[in-house]
Amino acid sequence: MSIKGKAFIAGIYEHPGRHLPDRTLPQIHADVGLGALADAGLSTSDVDAYYSAGDAPGFGVLSMIDYLGLECRYLNDTETGGSSYLLHAQHAATAIAAGHIDVALITLAGKPLTGGAGPGGSGRVGGAPEAPFESQWGMSVPGGYALAAQRHMHEFGTTSEQLAEIKVAASTHAQHNPQALLQDLVTVEEVIESPMISDPLHRLDCCVITDGGGAMVIVSEAVANSLERHSIPILGTGTYVKSSQSGRIDLTHTGAVKSGPLAFTEAGITPSDIDYVSIYDSFTITVLITLEDLGFCERGDGGRFVSDGNLQAPHGALPFNTDGGGLCNNHPANRGGMTKVIEAVRQLRGEANTPVQVGDCELALAHGTGGSLATRSASSTMILGRSL
Amino acid sequence: MRLPARAAQSNSENAPFFEGATAGRLILPKCSICDFVIWFPREICPECSSQEVGWFEASGRGTIYSCTTTRRIPGSWGKVTPFVLAYVELEEGPRVMTNIVECDPESVSIGDSVEAVFEEALNRDGEPGPPLLRFRPTQS
Repeated sequence: MSIKGKAFIAGIYEHPGRHLPDRTLPQIHADVGLGALADAGLSTSDVDAYYSAGDAPGFGVLSMIDYLGLECRYLNDTETGGSSYLLHAQHAATAIAAGHIDVALITLAGKPLTGGAGPGGSGRVGGAPEAPFESQWGMSVPGGYALAAQRHMHEFGTTSEQLAEIKVAASTHAQHNPQALLQDLVTVEEVIESPMISDPLHRLDCCVITDGGGAMVIVSEAVANSLERHSIPILGTGTYVKSSQSGRIDLTHTGAVKSGPLAFTEAGITPSDIDYVSIYDSFTITVLITLEDLGFCERGDGGRFVSDGNLQAPHGALPFNTDGGGLCNNHPANRGGMTKVIEAVRQLRGEANTPVQVGDCELALAHGTGGSLATRSASSTMILGRSL
Repeated sequence: MRLPARAAQSNSENAPFFEGATAGRLILPKCSICDFVIWFPREICPECSSQEVGWFEASGRGTIYSCTTTRRIPGSWGKVTPFVLAYVELEEGPRVMTNIVECDPESVSIGDSVEAVFEEALNRDGEPGPPLLRFRPTQS
C-alpha cells in the first residue's frame, strides 16, 4: 500500500520565539499545536491522533494528550532525535491511508537555552549498550560531525571553503526572514575566521541553539477537501536507520542513501524533478553529505555542487532552506526536522518570504537526520507536492 | 595534558573486554559461528545474529580512520583542549572511537599508525575502575 496522495499537510506553525524563559515546555507544545490547528482551520476536538518524541515531558505523549485535552485513538512517540517529526508524519500518513485516523497533530518543543526539561530522550541514552564504548572520549555534538567532515575531506578533497558556502547560502536567505535568529549575511571568509570548534568545523559551520518549537497537522483527503485552506499532499516518504555498521562505520554517507530512493520511488519522481529542498542542517557537513546521498550530485562531488550557487534562492538550481534553516533561523529544541517540513509547505503554498519564494514551486523535498553522523542515525525523507 | 578518565560501567555482556583492559590487554569478542570480530563488545553477532561469542587477544595496533582536534567544548573536557577525538581502525577490522594521546594534537592525521595504551580511570565513587582504551602514535 502506498501513502501517495492519501494524506495531506493541512496546517503548520513555527513558534516565533527563539528565547522563551517564561514559557514552560508543555506551554510551547500547546502554542505550536494550537497554532498549526488554527492554520488548518481545525480545533483540538478534531484531533484523533497525537505524535511527539523525547521532547514531550513526563510520560511523553500520554502526559501531553492529557495536558492538551485531546481525545486520541492513535499515538506514537518514536524517538530518532531531530528526524523524529518526519517519521511521525510518515506514520500518520500511513495510519490515515489505512483508515485508522483523520486528523493527526505532531508537535515539537524545547528550551535548550533557558532550561526546563531538556529535549533529547536522555533517560533512554543512559542505559545504551554502546555507552561504555562511546561516552568516555569527549565527543561533543560538533566533534562527532567533525569526524565525518574530516573523513569526507580526506577521501574527496572537500574544503572548508566549500562547507562555508552552505552557511553563506543559508544566511542569504535568512536576511529576508524577520524571525530568524541570525539575519546578517556572512561571507566565506567570515565562516573560516570564526572560532574553530572541532577541526574542521568552525562556529559558523554549526547550527544555532534556540528555544521554541513547531507543529504540523496531517489529515485525510476527506478532511482536506472540507477545509478552506489548500492542503499539501504527501507524495512519498522513506526512512532508514544507518547503524554503526557492525563496528565498520563509513563516515561519508548517511541513511539518506536509502530513505531518498524509497521516497522518490513512492512519489514516482527523480531528484531532478524537485524545485525546492529543506535539508537537515545541524552542521554544514550534514547538508553536503545529504545532498550527495539523495542523488542531487555525485558522491564526493558535494563540495563543488554547493559552491556553484546552486543552493541560493530563488534562482539557484536547487534552492534550499529558504527560511535560513538551522544554520541561521531556528533549530528549536536542538531538533531541525519539524522546521524543514514547515518551510517546504510554505514554498509549495507560495508563502515563503517573497525574495526567496521559488517560482512555480510544484515539488519539494524535506529531509531530517537524527542521532549522530559519528555513530548511528535515522534519516527520513518526505516528498510533497503543490497538488496531486 | 591528561584527559578526563571516567571509567566505563561494565556489565555481564562486556565484562571480558574490561577484565582484559584491567590486565593491560585488548580482548575483543568474536562470533563463534561466523568468526566476525564484533564491535562494540556484546554477546550477539551483528552479522549473523548468533549469541555464541568467544573472546581473543587483539594486537593493539591500528591506523587512524578519522580524527578531529577539539578546541572548544563545555565542561571538564574544556580544560584539556586541544585534544584529539578519533576513530582507530584496528588490524582486526573494527573502527573504535577513542582519543589519541601522547602526541602533538596539531600533527595527528588520518592514516597514522597507532598502538593501544590503557589509561587509569576512576568510577564515580573515586575508586579505580577498568582502564580506558586509548591510542598513541606507534613508537618505532
